[in-house]
Amino acid sequence: MNVSKVAAGVCLAILSVWAAPAGAQAPVKIGIITSLSGPGGYLGQDIRDGFELAIDMNGGKLGGVPVQVMVEDDAAKPGQGKQIADRLMKNDKVRIFTGIVFSNVAGATVPDVLDAGAIYVSPNAGPSTFAGKGCHPNYFVVSWQNDSLHESAGQLANELGYKSVYLVAANYQAGKDALEGFKRFYKGKIAGESFTRLDQTDFAPEFAQIRSAAPEAVFQFEPGGLGIAFLRQYEQAGLKDKIAMVVAAPSLDAVTLSVVGEAALGVNVTSHWNSDFDNPANKAFMAAWNKTHHRPATYYASQGYDTALAIGAALKGTGGKLDDVEAFRQAMLKADFQSTRGTFKFGPNQHPVQDWWALKAEKSADGKLALNTKTKVLSSHGEAYAKDCKF
Amino acid sequence: MIILEQILNGVQFGITLFLMSAGLTLIFGIMGVINLAHGSLYMIGAYAAALVAAYTGSVGLALLGGIAAAAASGILIEFVVVQRLYQRDHLDQVLATFALILIINQSANMLFGRQPLFVAMPPSLSGSVTLLPGLVYPVYRLLVIVLGLSVAAGLFLLIHRTRIGMLVRAGATHRQMVRALGVNVRLLYTAVFGLGALLAGLAGVIAGPITSVQVGMGEQILILAFVVVVIGGLGSVRGAFFGALVAGLVDTLARAFLPMLLRQLMGGSNADALASGLSSISIYLLMALVLLIRPQGLLAGKP
Repeated sequence: MNVSKVAAGVCLAILSVWAAPAGAQAPVKIGIITSLSGPGGYLGQDIRDGFELAIDMNGGKLGGVPVQVMVEDDAAKPGQGKQIADRLMKNDKVRIFTGIVFSNVAGATVPDVLDAGAIYVSPNAGPSTFAGKGCHPNYFVVSWQNDSLHESAGQLANELGYKSVYLVAANYQAGKDALEGFKRFYKGKIAGESFTRLDQTDFAPEFAQIRSAAPEAVFQFEPGGLGIAFLRQYEQAGLKDKIAMVVAAPSLDAVTLSVVGEAALGVNVTSHWNSDFDNPANKAFMAAWNKTHHRPATYYASQGYDTALAIGAALKGTGGKLDDVEAFRQAMLKADFQSTRGTFKFGPNQHPVQDWWALKAEKSADGKLALNTKTKVLSSHGEAYAKDCKF
Repeated sequence: MIILEQILNGVQFGITLFLMSAGLTLIFGIMGVINLAHGSLYMIGAYAAALVAAYTGSVGLALLGGIAAAAASGILIEFVVVQRLYQRDHLDQVLATFALILIINQSANMLFGRQPLFVAMPPSLSGSVTLLPGLVYPVYRLLVIVLGLSVAAGLFLLIHRTRIGMLVRAGATHRQMVRALGVNVRLLYTAVFGLGALLAGLAGVIAGPITSVQVGMGEQILILAFVVVVIGGLGSVRGAFFGALVAGLVDTLARAFLPMLLRQLMGGSNADALASGLSSISIYLLMALVLLIRPQGLLAGKP
């Protein structure tokens, strides 16, 4: 026997013994591309904090696999999101991405990620373009498909018995999707429609239109700062007590409510999650959130948290390996985790099938404003584009 | 009635634009400085008023605090930065004042966070009044109109009827002569800049309770204010006043009535989409039209 061969064999054996656990221990890198600056900055901040909260609660692991997050700010700019994704894939060999807030950033960034064979799990943006014909085996959405938000608001308007509704939306893709979604489910009469500028701060002209159209209710999609201005001016114009309002979650979240205050009292909201949901997963999430962060938990935070758990379930199913994307996909689709929303599963186009609830902005006994969960509006609701998705 | 209400809305929007563009046109027309940071002064006024209102609960103090903070920041900016720019060309001025926007926005971000601030409005002002049968209008917006008109009148008197106004007008055209007569032009410029900042701050203060107070709010209105300055004619406060009113009315009336008009011609949703597109460029169309007919603006001061 050749001594050098034995030595080489021993060396190899030692190397492989050393290398194997080292390989298993290397954390899985997860790229979080999200919007942390600009007026929509708190949305990305909440998604990131929700995601990291899930990791902290599991001791730095997801699904028993150590993970390392790399957070980058896209500043709500599509080009910037695209560049970050390319850099993380090339330099850091990141294979799983998440975090994008805005549909237009997702539209520019996600195709690059999917073309490179990497995986994207959306914690918020769910544009219709990736739900139907444009669906992709490596693309998952944990939040919702854009239209579903507003379909549920349309359904709630039916249930509240409003015979005529006036529609107002910001003039961009998500605003147009909002009106589409609302009209798909709402059965009453449309009293009128207005599109507003994305940089509009004064809604007096629209309110004059609403007053002269005299509908029973108003549906509006004015996200972020726009919604704050809209609600406050709605009260100042004396419309709040005369014409009811129905909105979907993006127009009135916990942060908007805390800023708007009493001007939001009595507004009807539809959402897939609320801080008062009575299930063990949500209770654990809320307890951990309130301990760590001293600000209201928004549905963005819950989506970040759920997204982390969904990825964790898939990592657990594959033992942390990402080279076999098909195995990862099968593990992901089982959705083997406890969602803060209660029931949750993936539909055929890998978008959520979930319940939608009616919430109402109310004042509680101690004088604090809160969104309270009322009734279920839609059960196990998928969405309109799934039938066009063929893998 | 809806037409009357929309006209009031237009006037109210125009008044806010006037407060912004009066300062711009003073600074641009008299000192030849393009001040992009004017919108930041508007934001400073809004933030300061929101803070004072939150701590004291007093409307009067909030108003004073807001305009004082804006005027003080304006004077500081003039002293530290703009003073060095009078002799430089416009590109340098644009660059330096754009840098100021970035610095002020980022500071506001660090101080107050990304979430918009809440400005409480006193209950006495938050209701509406019936002006005519069927015409209900918010009290606060009426006050804005009254306040804006009185500021405009005061400004007119200041510039055309006082000694300071005379010096300001003279300093714009015959700087050397005014200096030769023993007037401190340097100080005069600082005062004008401070006055412009004060007006921008006032616009921010009164906008606070209507819109949301947030980082970047100044840039949205800044562009419109520049359009008003161009429409009214550079350096003319009177031009800024009428330009702002015309721009406010055109913008509001286009948004209100274009959809109805277009709906007579075509299908509902097409009409709405086209109308919202057209109305969002109506102010710029107006500017193009004015420039075609009177390249100097409506009421340009003599060169």
